[in-house]
Amino acid sequence: MAQMNMIQALNSAMDAMLGRDPSVVLLGQDIGYFGGVFRVTDGLQRKYGEHRVLDAPIAEGGIVGAAIGMGVNGLRPVAEIQFADYVYPAFDQIVSELARLRYRSAGEFHAPVTVRMPTGGGIRGGQTHSQSPEGIFTHISGIKVVMPSNPYDAKGLLISAIEDDDPVVFFEPKRIYNGPFDGDPNKPAVPWNAHPKGEVPENYFKVPLCKAEIVRPGNDVTVIAYGTMVHVVEAAVRITGVDAEIIDVRTLVPLDVETLVESVRKTSRCVIVHEATRFSGFGAELSATVQEECFWYLEAPIQRVTGWDTPYPHAFEWEYFPGQKRIANALRAVMEAR
Amino acid sequence: MNVVPGKGNAMTAERKSPKSRLHVPHPPARPGDTPDFSYVKISPAGAVERPDVMARTRDIEDLATQLVRVLNDEHRTVGPWNPHLDVHDLQVGLRYMLTTRLLDDRMQRMQRQGRISFYMRCFGEEAVSVAQAMALRPDDMLFPHYRNQGLHIARGRSLVDLMCQCLSNTRDMCKGRQMPVFYHWRSGNIFSISGNLATQFPQAAGWAMAAAIKGEDRIASTWIGEGSTAEADYHYGMTFAAVYQAPVVLNVVNNQWAISTFQGFAGGERRDFAEGAHGYGFPGIRVDGNDFLAVYAVTQWAAERARRGGGPTLIEHVTYRAGPHSTSDDPSRYRPKDEYKLWPLGDPVERLKQHLIVLGEWSEDRHVVLAKELEAYVTDSWKESLAAGQMNEGPRLDRNSMFDDVFKELPEHLRKQREQLEHEGQEEDK
Repeated sequence: MAQMNMIQALNSAMDAMLGRDPSVVLLGQDIGYFGGVFRVTDGLQRKYGEHRVLDAPIAEGGIVGAAIGMGVNGLRPVAEIQFADYVYPAFDQIVSELARLRYRSAGEFHAPVTVRMPTGGGIRGGQTHSQSPEGIFTHISGIKVVMPSNPYDAKGLLISAIEDDDPVVFFEPKRIYNGPFDGDPNKPAVPWNAHPKGEVPENYFKVPLCKAEIVRPGNDVTVIAYGTMVHVVEAAVRITGVDAEIIDVRTLVPLDVETLVESVRKTSRCVIVHEATRFSGFGAELSATVQEECFWYLEAPIQRVTGWDTPYPHAFEWEYFPGQKRIANALRAVMEAR
Repeated sequence: MNVVPGKGNAMTAERKSPKSRLHVPHPPARPGDTPDFSYVKISPAGAVERPDVMARTRDIEDLATQLVRVLNDEHRTVGPWNPHLDVHDLQVGLRYMLTTRLLDDRMQRMQRQGRISFYMRCFGEEAVSVAQAMALRPDDMLFPHYRNQGLHIARGRSLVDLMCQCLSNTRDMCKGRQMPVFYHWRSGNIFSISGNLATQFPQAAGWAMAAAIKGEDRIASTWIGEGSTAEADYHYGMTFAAVYQAPVVLNVVNNQWAISTFQGFAGGERRDFAEGAHGYGFPGIRVDGNDFLAVYAVTQWAAERARRGGGPTLIEHVTYRAGPHSTSDDPSRYRPKDEYKLWPLGDPVERLKQHLIVLGEWSEDRHVVLAKELEAYVTDSWKESLAAGQMNEGPRLDRNSMFDDVFKELPEHLRKQREQLEHEGQEEDK
């Protein structure tokens, strides 16, 4: 085991896969010689050569389109989009092509592409470096959607994603690249080496897709979250003293419904937290699923805690961000409801 | 495991020295190497002919492969592209370029001190924005990218307006919604800057199409980095401009580097970016982007052509990004540190200054006095801007304002969310 932050863990995952599977190639802007603007691919081109780790033109649609072609021709591409906010030029290639290729060719063609991208706010990135568009992708049939919340999962899930024969959109919450963030921007940064999930095996290992994790067992309320928000929820639970069961979804599609349902049937209360905008967000899907499966067990209406339905404002980052207080209010509301 | 059969694929490639036929562009120099700009083709100053503005594209294709230059090595104007600017305009151009540079330097320092979250300088590229804004009419519409602050300066925008945007404070034109440098200026006819690349290219074509539909003689102009020409939006803009012969001046600012990606990765290895226009059927002009007079002259040519119904022109400005991509970038990781010193087209501010000195209309002393005056202007502007609030102190915008302008009128669901935020704020005040 080694101490890794999320950047190192993701790097280690790709290193492991490049090393063991010669069909794995990486492509993206600034990822080769430079090692990526967040350093996630640092050193990999030096180690594996520039035909395995390709610098790409600034063309997200081209990157994903080319990755699909490579995938069809036997490679296993891992494409990087520099920021999730910049994925939209690739949207058609992901939605109309990557997601449906297997379906429309009746299984004759497929492209095992993983599309990685840093996501989320809290880094003073304004409206073009802060978005959480995962809900847009969960609405598309034919792609798996993953978002880890810690270095251990980041490595294990990315390896699973790369090995998966279906396309995977892999969101990396960039606010927690260097350390878990509990939602309080005034507190000094905490590194991953103080966190148990900062311990990561150096070699190949997998965390299975489609499996949620209970981060904190509890009896009074189930809190469902993923990515950065897992850590903010933990802090909010601490300050309210509620005996919450916190579930890290990890894979959004296909969703581990069983773990969620089992928990809510036990606690009878549910709060859903994500950083993305609320309306038609992934929280709506979670809420509907829990309601359908647990209606007769519920003691209170399900609460959603999210970013507001505005673009991410530069000056009001922390008023926008669903921080500890907004989550704590929801926890109290759901506990008080009769 | 998927393995591709056959020779020369990624699988059989040796590390570091791959044998496959896949070509990977390489910049001529990396950190530690001697800079090498032998790939930059440079025509002698004054050598390129200036055709009639309504010339047929096929007849003027060599404009895209030569390099229009007006200032020679002795800092004098030569050749048919000399725009014959009067001394006053030259001095104003110098003032605007220097203002831009000093503003950039100050804001870079303020970012380093944590006063603003981010900044992007246009160091080394000042002539592009300043000369072009001066060559275009004030009512022409500009669709900038993020390294065009000189457009605002040359159109007379106060530094306080720009600084307050960077501070996201109570006088911020964007009301705190955008990262630093993503300005806009409706009354100055400068469009809102997106963080997303190339989106402005088809928009400028559309704006110009509307001007033509309405029978106006205003034109549009837009800018893009050479790296972003790989984006589809660039090609949409080129196609629409060509199909409708839109009155638009399209600019590719080839500053050699897109973060760590050198211009070869956008297709610059085997052809000049200006040549790309020929495939669409309109002229491309390659110009010395650090020659204030040459930039002015080609812009004037393209603008007149557009205004007279001759359609679009693509201008490739050959320049060099002298600074980092942004305050988040460290170019010493991917290019030689001293590369800019050896850039063969020099520094745009220095070259215009030397030209004025040769004309007897400027001196080193006057330059020092101007720089001092502008430094004081920058300092005063910064003080005034700080009074309108800073990131973490002083007056702040009303946080409820973050719900405005999502729609023209506030819908019910946002009104509820605003109420919820107000409630959170009241708890805080308790």
